[in-house]
Amino acid sequence: MPTVTLQQPDFRHWRKAARQLLAQHCPPDTVHWELRGQSAGLFGDAPGAQAHSTTQPKHNAVPKAFIDLAKTAACIRNEAVWPLLYRVLWRLTHGERQLLADTLNDDVLRLRRWASAVRRDVHKMHAFVRFRCIDDQGTERYVAWFEPTHRIVARAASFFVGRYANQHWSILTPDHCAHWDRSRLELTPGLSLADAPAGDALEDLWRTYFASIFNPARLKPGMMRSEMPEKYWKNLPEARLIGALERGSGAQLQGMVAQAGSNPDNNRKRQAQRTQIRAALAQTNCERAVKPGVKVS
Amino acid sequence: MDIQSKLAILADAAKYDASCASSAAPKRTSRGGTGVGSTTGMGICHAYAPDGRCISLLKILLTNFCIFECAYCINRNSSNVRRARFSVDEVIDLTLAFYKRNYIEGLFLSSGIIQSPDYTMEQVVEVARRLRVDHDFRGYIHLKTIPDADPDLLKAAGVYADRLSINVELPTATTLQRFAPEKSMPRIEASMGTLRARITEAKVERRKSRKAPHFSPSGQSTQMIIGADDTSDAQIIDRAASLYSGFKLKRVYYSAFSPIPDASSELPPQQPPLLREHRLYQSDWLVRFYGFAADEIPPPGGMLDLDIDPKLAWALRHRAQFPVDLNRAPREQLLRVPGLGTKSVAKILRIRKFRKLRSDDIPKLRVATAKVMPFVVLADHTPHRARLEPADLRGRLAPPPRQPDLFAGV
Repeated sequence: MPTVTLQQPDFRHWRKAARQLLAQHCPPDTVHWELRGQSAGLFGDAPGAQAHSTTQPKHNAVPKAFIDLAKTAACIRNEAVWPLLYRVLWRLTHGERQLLADTLNDDVLRLRRWASAVRRDVHKMHAFVRFRCIDDQGTERYVAWFEPTHRIVARAASFFVGRYANQHWSILTPDHCAHWDRSRLELTPGLSLADAPAGDALEDLWRTYFASIFNPARLKPGMMRSEMPEKYWKNLPEARLIGALERGSGAQLQGMVAQAGSNPDNNRKRQAQRTQIRAALAQTNCERAVKPGVKVS
Repeated sequence: MDIQSKLAILADAAKYDASCASSAAPKRTSRGGTGVGSTTGMGICHAYAPDGRCISLLKILLTNFCIFECAYCINRNSSNVRRARFSVDEVIDLTLAFYKRNYIEGLFLSSGIIQSPDYTMEQVVEVARRLRVDHDFRGYIHLKTIPDADPDLLKAAGVYADRLSINVELPTATTLQRFAPEKSMPRIEASMGTLRARITEAKVERRKSRKAPHFSPSGQSTQMIIGADDTSDAQIIDRAASLYSGFKLKRVYYSAFSPIPDASSELPPQQPPLLREHRLYQSDWLVRFYGFAADEIPPPGGMLDLDIDPKLAWALRHRAQFPVDLNRAPREQLLRVPGLGTKSVAKILRIRKFRKLRSDDIPKLRVATAKVMPFVVLADHTPHRARLEPADLRGRLAPPPRQPDLFAGV
């Protein structure tokens, strides 16, 4: 059985290997896929000549829709994607050219679900990156620490270029880091949380906003968690308020309902509610210090 | 007063506005400019509060001082709420500082009425003008427009904003008169008409020349409060339909009347009818995307069923039109099948060009299979007629009755 060792888990490396396998007519169930470093001693075996099919590919050109789907799905952090991509490619080039139209076919469905998980992760990265402003030798630089679920840094970076074209920024992640110097995007190897700045004075204001825009009369924590899953909370400065806001909301609402309809003479009670929220905020005013510099690359 | 206290007061004062949408703006980036900001067309929710609502924009009031006396409003003149006022500079600085850190998509600015509607509107427009002109800010701006302000100010607002909105506040002119004596439905509608005309005109001009200026390119929206008066769902749905057609609104938002601190004794002191608000949004969707006419949706009593969604309720009232054959029926009929959304319908139409759909395909659509199956025919499935009988079906599809809990989330 030919073993393919991908040097990097990305679309470009998969495509190179897949082209070779296809040229040698290796059917998908005869190929074993692995990542470099996954298993010692199996480095770079060329797809073997021992297994080949007598089925000739009917069309070597694949639909553009497959390339788009494959590029997206290839970002999933699940190595089962490589054989699946090759199997779908094989089927497309061996008599099932319309396969992608059957979106409920098991192979297509799985690829599409992975692609949509990747798109969702990209969207959440656009939403949940929080920059911290630091003074980097006289230059204002915005630096964020983010932990994406899938391998999406390169894919997600162009959004930040468009939005923050005129500011210096870096997004640090365990996989890759993206840096923008107002003219060029650079990708460097991954870093750790300790390399990122610890806080930004503006975060107190942001938490004040988060607590104040929340309406305690409409508590729907399940909805919040489905859209802002807890795995992201550790890097969101506002998330540390959630517990206090959830616990306080029943009491706050009870207060409002009890007051409602009474004469407009409730200033003190209301002030007490605000004090409660501000107390929750005050507990969290810990990280005013901003790291002076950040190591990049 | 420091900026943190002002922000706490003026964000608190803004939270009763439901909209936080940042979608449908023309696509732009900060490349080639001097400032910050972009719009992608789809809008991004940067956080969610424990009330489950999207935080996309910095949604604040310029000031919560107000000369008006609207009974449902926390900022009405007689309210004992703490008051604050931002300067134009403070709003600009806060917007840019939040934006540069990727907390927000932009600004949603509204205001209490101080001195006069014109004076207030001038201040609101000045914030937007300076963000755009002085700071080359290319993020999203939504301005709440004051209906009684000079039409020229409304026109200036639309030059800088991606979206304008004027709240109709209440479903009928009668209750508006009762709860908001300084406001008038004819004046609100006249302003909405002015905006509609200008938005359409700008679209036509831009079709002729790409250089023609935008005017509120993502349209106008409005909001009405639900549950503060005794308007029926049928009246609300009908009112929304006439607002959509009369003023080409992008959205009508429903805001379940929420208990506010220091509420007026004229208002009902109960839990906001969140489930009712949800059912109204569902019927709004049925009109906008599912081909339902407004008068088909509410049942004879005029109030939507809170236990089951309005499409299922409609199907149960029209059992003779089911089952629908998923392999043959036209799109309009598929859209009326309970449990099928517009995306599932699009998938079904695509797949059936190549093969017949079978019952094991339904769970793969990620729809509520139990809800769909009694209403559809598939290559290997025909529902029993008897199972479409109302008592049986409603019993199986409606959730079990719950103890009402005043403080539970709905």
